[in-house]
Amino acid sequence: MTIKKLVLIAATALLTVSPALAADDTLTIGFTVSRTGKLNNDSTAQMRGFELWRDELNDRGGIKVGGRQYKVNFVSYDDESVNARVQQLYTRIINQDKAQFLFSPYSSGLVATAAIVSEQYGRIMLTTGAAEEKTYKLGNKNLFQVYSSADLYLAGAIAAVKELNPKSQVALVYKDDPFSKAVLQSARKQAGEAGLRTVLDEAYSPETTDFGPVINKIISAKADVLLGGGHYPDGATLARQIYDHKAGLKWVTLLVAPDSPNFATLGDAAVGVTVPSQWEPQVSFKPDFGPTAADFAQRFHAKYGIEPGYHAAGGYTAGLILQRAIEQAGSPEQAKVAAVLNSMDVTTMFGRTKFSTDPKEHGLQTGHEMVIAQWQKKGGALFKEVIWPKTAKTSDIIY
Amino acid sequence: MIGIIASIIDGLLVGAVYGLAAMGLTLIWGVMNVINLTHGAMIVLGMFALYFLASALGLPPYGAVPVTIAVGFVFGVLVYWIAVHRVIGRAHLMSLLSTFAMNMVLVGLGTALFSTSPYNVPVPLPGVTWEGYTFTGTHIMAAILALVIAGLLYLLLYKTRIGKAIRAVADNRDAAELNGIPTTQVLSFAFGLGAALACVSGTLIATLFPFTVLSGGAYELKSFVVTVLGGLGNPAGALLGGVALGLVEGITTPFMPVSWIPIIEFILFIAALLLFPRGILAFSRA
Repeated sequence: MTIKKLVLIAATALLTVSPALAADDTLTIGFTVSRTGKLNNDSTAQMRGFELWRDELNDRGGIKVGGRQYKVNFVSYDDESVNARVQQLYTRIINQDKAQFLFSPYSSGLVATAAIVSEQYGRIMLTTGAAEEKTYKLGNKNLFQVYSSADLYLAGAIAAVKELNPKSQVALVYKDDPFSKAVLQSARKQAGEAGLRTVLDEAYSPETTDFGPVINKIISAKADVLLGGGHYPDGATLARQIYDHKAGLKWVTLLVAPDSPNFATLGDAAVGVTVPSQWEPQVSFKPDFGPTAADFAQRFHAKYGIEPGYHAAGGYTAGLILQRAIEQAGSPEQAKVAAVLNSMDVTTMFGRTKFSTDPKEHGLQTGHEMVIAQWQKKGGALFKEVIWPKTAKTSDIIY
Repeated sequence: MIGIIASIIDGLLVGAVYGLAAMGLTLIWGVMNVINLTHGAMIVLGMFALYFLASALGLPPYGAVPVTIAVGFVFGVLVYWIAVHRVIGRAHLMSLLSTFAMNMVLVGLGTALFSTSPYNVPVPLPGVTWEGYTFTGTHIMAAILALVIAGLLYLLLYKTRIGKAIRAVADNRDAAELNGIPTTQVLSFAFGLGAALACVSGTLIATLFPFTVLSGGAYELKSFVVTVLGGLGNPAGALLGGVALGLVEGITTPFMPVSWIPIIEFILFIAALLLFPRGILAFSRA
């Protein structure tokens, strides 16, 4: 047979087969991950949450909507923990990869940039790993925040410290980046309102690896409580050096870093360090849909070999919420899904999720509450226990 | 007052390590007029060498020091033959680009292999506590080792034949060649030596702080400042420059927010360049 005839036959075959193939619709969700750069540790955890959700969903056949089944397809790129790349990549994800929905990158700084792009093109973006409220106060229509916002992060720690010792001297030492600064701004106010004395208030450059000078300052200021930190690399280093320098602190709360299971590699330096957490595997919310926290933790552990922290849980929950919204909207159309998200008030393994619809702060998470976790040593091994609020605790506070 | 003294002592301890890091850079610069932009990558190599030797093979951390010196040396010689040999004596820009490119390759390889996650080597060494401030055992040990290695370098350069050859080549390569010194081999040896110094300083730094594949950059920058402070090509100057930098950091820290320290450092750097163009210890090369 001539080549021409072969091609003709192949084309006809393809055309007759393709309607059958087209029955398997796909929904494209786009996002960036910090595969390299300083945010790598936490961003990878978040991505794993996304991927676990997608894999479990696709194994079940996908999202069932309006008589059709949509499998979820991810389009993701490495943003290198850098804003410029986030801007380029989200533009590409929307325009070239034609993603229908977006997840955010990890960290408030990068999400602020991604939000500009997503709002420009009117795409729904579920933000996770993004606590700074400013992003939601700039007049958006399609942002939906899964995490509790930054101003709540240290409220629990301050309340706990006040109860343990209202005469505590507090040192605020934190990373100079949008998230940490936002958290500490609120913390400063809350500490003042609680009547605690702030003896040191300093931001350190994100590039810092030597915290010796700052720790000496903490000692000079005679602080017994430390609140601050930033993300994983600096938080872990700060914890290690505080331990090496025997800084004599009775209470240490660091942002983000102690929540990662990798924090346990610090050994004795990790004991007693607390972290405000969006979620812990031990929480016992009764979900309206999706797995319980224990189920999720067990499946995550089975797939990745480590316990999930709240970054992974946040990623998974973003998927769950989007899935629920599409199912309830009956269609993957932006406007319909947004309407459902705006009216949503549900409980998942992550806790309660409800988005603000006030146009001045659209998308801000108003239903979710945070807990405090602390690393404690039991029988020679390190565990993360929930110590606050008292209603959710699994262990007593070490002070 | 005590706080200030504690801060100064801390600064001096760290400064010794900065000095060691810079010694490699200044040696290469002084001997062959090459600005080694793979310096940062060498430092990172030393950091990872410690990680693998200590964590994977279970060697005691300070036992890894001789190993990293050897590894760094071999590595440096390799880099010399790959990237530097053909561009020596040519325009400065060429060696700059060559080592820059090599650096990108090394960092890229490192990122591909280890990603940019932080690595940590816990070194349990009791510190010295004084008036509430603790000087960590690792800082003290690192400073002592830095001084020891600097001393060994001095002995090598001034009391051995190969050291004499290096100084001769640094002074005037053609004259050295005419005197029967195999200059190419001497150059590769010197480069290896510089790399070994960078490597071992990375190892010492890794005992102090966690690190990532990208950590070399910050120390490379400090090394440049120290090298200029101490005079190009002068290893003793580099050590003193490092200690001076540490001193500056120690003195200024108690008085201002920590984020201002780099600004002060670089202001001093510019001042030093303007006032002492040949380095604060204005010895001639070698």
